[in-house]
Amino acid sequence: MIVERPKLTIWDRLYMPQILKGMWITLKHIPMKRFTRQYPEETPPLPKRYRGVPTLVRDPEQRVKCVACQLCEFVCPPRAITVIPGFRAETGPDAKVEKEPSDFIIDMARCIYCGLCEEACPEEAIFLKKDYAMASYTREQMKLHKEKLLELGGIHEDRICKWKKK
Amino acid sequence: MWTDPAILEWIFILVKIIVIFGLVLSIVPYTVLAERRICAWIQDRVGPNRVGFQGLLQPIADALKLMLKEDMLSNHVHKVVFTLAPALVFMPSLMVLAVIPWGSAIGPMTCVLSDMNAGMLFALAVASFSVYGIALAGWASNSKYPFLGGMRSAAQMISYEVCLGLSLVPLFMQTGSLNLSAIVEYQTQHGWLMLYHPVACFIFITSLFAECNRTPFDLPEAEQELVSGYNIEYSSLKFGLFFLGEYANMLVASALVTTLFLGGWSLPFAPFNAPATVIWVGLAHVGIFVAKVCAMLFLFIWVRWTVPRFRYDQLMALGWKVFFPLALVNIVVVAVIMACRANL
Amino acid sequence: MSESLVKLTINGQLIEAPIGLNLIEAAKLIGVEIPHFCYHPDLCIAGNCRMCVVEVATLRTGPTGTPILEWNPKLTIACNTTVVEGMEVLTHTPRIIEARRGVMEFLLINHPLDCPICDQAGECRLQELAMDYGRAESRFVEEKERKPKRTLLGPKIMLDDERCILCSRCIRFMRDVAGQDCLGFMGRGSRSTLTCYPGREPSTNYDLNIVDLCPVGALTSVDFRFKQRVWFLKQTRSLCPHCSTGCNIVIGSRENTVCRLTPRDNEAVNQRWMCDEGRLNYRFINDPTRLVEPLSRMNENVQSLSWDEATRQIAERLTALRDGGEGRIAFIGSAGATTEELFLFRQLAGVLGVTLMDVVPHTGSADARLLQSDRNPNTAGALVTGVAAIPPGSRLLEIAQGIQDGRIRALVVLNEDIIPAGIGADLLGKLELLISVSRLPSAVTEAAHYLLPGATFAEKSGTFINRAGRIQRMNPAVASPGNARPEWRILAGLLAELGQPQEESLESIYRAMAQVLAPVWGVTWDAIGSQGVQLHVD
Repeated sequence: MIVERPKLTIWDRLYMPQILKGMWITLKHIPMKRFTRQYPEETPPLPKRYRGVPTLVRDPEQRVKCVACQLCEFVCPPRAITVIPGFRAETGPDAKVEKEPSDFIIDMARCIYCGLCEEACPEEAIFLKKDYAMASYTREQMKLHKEKLLELGGIHEDRICKWKKK
Repeated sequence: MWTDPAILEWIFILVKIIVIFGLVLSIVPYTVLAERRICAWIQDRVGPNRVGFQGLLQPIADALKLMLKEDMLSNHVHKVVFTLAPALVFMPSLMVLAVIPWGSAIGPMTCVLSDMNAGMLFALAVASFSVYGIALAGWASNSKYPFLGGMRSAAQMISYEVCLGLSLVPLFMQTGSLNLSAIVEYQTQHGWLMLYHPVACFIFITSLFAECNRTPFDLPEAEQELVSGYNIEYSSLKFGLFFLGEYANMLVASALVTTLFLGGWSLPFAPFNAPATVIWVGLAHVGIFVAKVCAMLFLFIWVRWTVPRFRYDQLMALGWKVFFPLALVNIVVVAVIMACRANL
Repeated sequence: MSESLVKLTINGQLIEAPIGLNLIEAAKLIGVEIPHFCYHPDLCIAGNCRMCVVEVATLRTGPTGTPILEWNPKLTIACNTTVVEGMEVLTHTPRIIEARRGVMEFLLINHPLDCPICDQAGECRLQELAMDYGRAESRFVEEKERKPKRTLLGPKIMLDDERCILCSRCIRFMRDVAGQDCLGFMGRGSRSTLTCYPGREPSTNYDLNIVDLCPVGALTSVDFRFKQRVWFLKQTRSLCPHCSTGCNIVIGSRENTVCRLTPRDNEAVNQRWMCDEGRLNYRFINDPTRLVEPLSRMNENVQSLSWDEATRQIAERLTALRDGGEGRIAFIGSAGATTEELFLFRQLAGVLGVTLMDVVPHTGSADARLLQSDRNPNTAGALVTGVAAIPPGSRLLEIAQGIQDGRIRALVVLNEDIIPAGIGADLLGKLELLISVSRLPSAVTEAAHYLLPGATFAEKSGTFINRAGRIQRMNPAVASPGNARPEWRILAGLLAELGQPQEESLESIYRAMAQVLAPVWGVTWDAIGSQGVQLHVD
């Protein structure tokens, strides 16, 4: 398509009126409201389905919900999750669950917050919380272990208590 | 002994040098801060506001950062010229300040470092020197973008220097002097020259934008095409000098405009319309001068964040095909008017 | 053979199948899979899962004498129906699928669905077929049947009765194959439970095969329990090095750790079984004390060396001994090494003028099935290459005597602890030069002047020739720890240092060997494949 160049009048070709108009616009913006968010003091409002740090949760009976099925480890696209499966105490109240992670490591330096682990989890044991500032000084510190993940996750109010009926 | 006028003169010169340099070297970093904050405001942002109250310590942080950076010297550069160039950019602007009257008088001390008769000529001569530094920087860097930047800068500055000089001719015709103090004093009696010579004023200010490599004439360091042009290869304090030089140039340009067209240190009413006889008026004159310079600096910044960059051919066309003839015509018109008035 | 073939049609496709073949196997010939739980090709037919139902039509003589095709009004189980001339079979009609869906629904009624904690998940037939024939949602609203979970069946097997689908494969295996009739069902209907006779837990050497047989996670291995999910395991075809049978196995490994060994089909060797001893014989691969670096030990001064340096020094010292006089060096090879390694070992002996060499025989109790008393996987290979004396081990005494006399000054030991074989620490102390290629520290490695870390069977490729003279291949599953490397590379390096450069890859070494060694003449690397080739050895 050929676009005809518009014929400019002398007035247009002087540029100055338009430049002055532009300067008037920029001047008007000086006292206007700022859009910057002063981050550490002002935190952004998070959307309802925001995906932050993945955590492990306990059920209302303080039981570790994770049974170390390792599906999250399997599904994790950046391979941030390492599950070391272990046995539950054979005499404890949750003995019938048989299996639990002896350690559960999420490398936050690798995690891409995709939420696939939460989606894949058959036990509803892993949830992405709203925390997002997970910086550390070393890569080793970026690896969150089971204790830390459970602490971050807290207690999940279950509607279906699957293992109660087992 | 202290009252010996010769010794007093030396002391005054020393004081003035210290004051001028101190003032310039402290205003320049704050111009940078002002630029960043005003630019932010124009774009509805906040700008640097974290270092010190409202970011007032930001220039110090910037300077520290620049100083602590590694001073890189690539193998392929021409070492001597490369090192010399930043100084050559910074120096001329300081030298121009010597002839600018930044006040009338404080007590017995006149507020101009060197009240030379060919002051404006000196200013123009020295100011045109700074292109040398940029061209050298571009050439000494020995790589293509800096070279292009340097060449652009040289061509641009030389073109606009012509208009710059020509636009001032009517002023000299009217005031009959090249002495800047005399021009200011003329303005205290006859009103600001801007009102007599709006066309000259416009050409002069616009050409100064080009001289200072400011938008819309910042082609030598066009980020998008030349990734900052002549100073690509520079780092650390050398880069800092370029940076300072650019803003010092702006400051000098503002001071020149103020002196030539805005009545210098004067205001059009008493007691500010005559050289000071008491100290507080003298100080007020300095204040007025600084205020006018600041206003000009604001204009510089304001224009930069409003107007987009010219294309190079547009730049040249504007210089040679518009301003150059316009300035010539202006001279003729002013000359005719003056001749008519003298004969009537 | 053509008389024993019958023609039949499966899903409209005409095929020829040998008489006596059941329909599941016949369908397999044309790539049609008939789902099943209880059927297993190496076990007797039970026909109790009803998953393999198909529609069958057979030829009948019609009223006019012409044959007519008569469809069986009821669905027929494929596992217990053998092929008949002119038969027509349909395996996936809507009627059949509906029937299978019904079977699946019943099987899942009492299934606990605890796949997340079930080791079988990922290789579970119930899981797989539930994908094809299962319902998305359960219609079962009643309470599920409770059965004992986490019951130990002997020391090796964990039984979870809730997961059991009562296919009886384990019962049939223990009774018919392992020869210990110890398992059975108790109770009726949905309360039927797999149990073992009180006081008669499975205690044969083949118990763990029922873990493989179990189509669900009712029987799981205590050894592998909760160790790793099966979908993470890298499957590598290999051979069991535990005895001279050479059972074909799959090494399941993850991230350089061997997690389990499982048997692999080979009708000519081990069918689908392997013994528990062999299956559990993998922990030494992951042993943290594995030797990882070539070491030299001179007057208690232990120094780690690079391979180049170690090879150079050893070659130098062995050459000096060779040139010093005859019979000063003796070799002790290993019938646990691959044929290629033994071939190179023999070559090295030739270069060094060594005539005195043998392997150390390892024996144990044999059983009537797979386990042989000869616990060396490659005795035949050692004999073929000439490293082993005839009979193997008969020259060890001579070597001991030679060291005792001071005649033998240097000994090269390939992956053997020779102290139980009659060459004690006192004799080793007399040696001027003891070179030991080894994987794990032992009394020999403690005494060795040069210690070269070798690789286990899971870390290298190579061939074994089993007791029946079948040459079979294995493949590397994991990397050797540290600087350890396969013995064939160590030996090839030594040979190269002694002026006999060798081929770069194991495959080409095999090729070179196949040109020299009579029994493997004409047997190509590819021909050995995953199932091996029967050689003609005496």
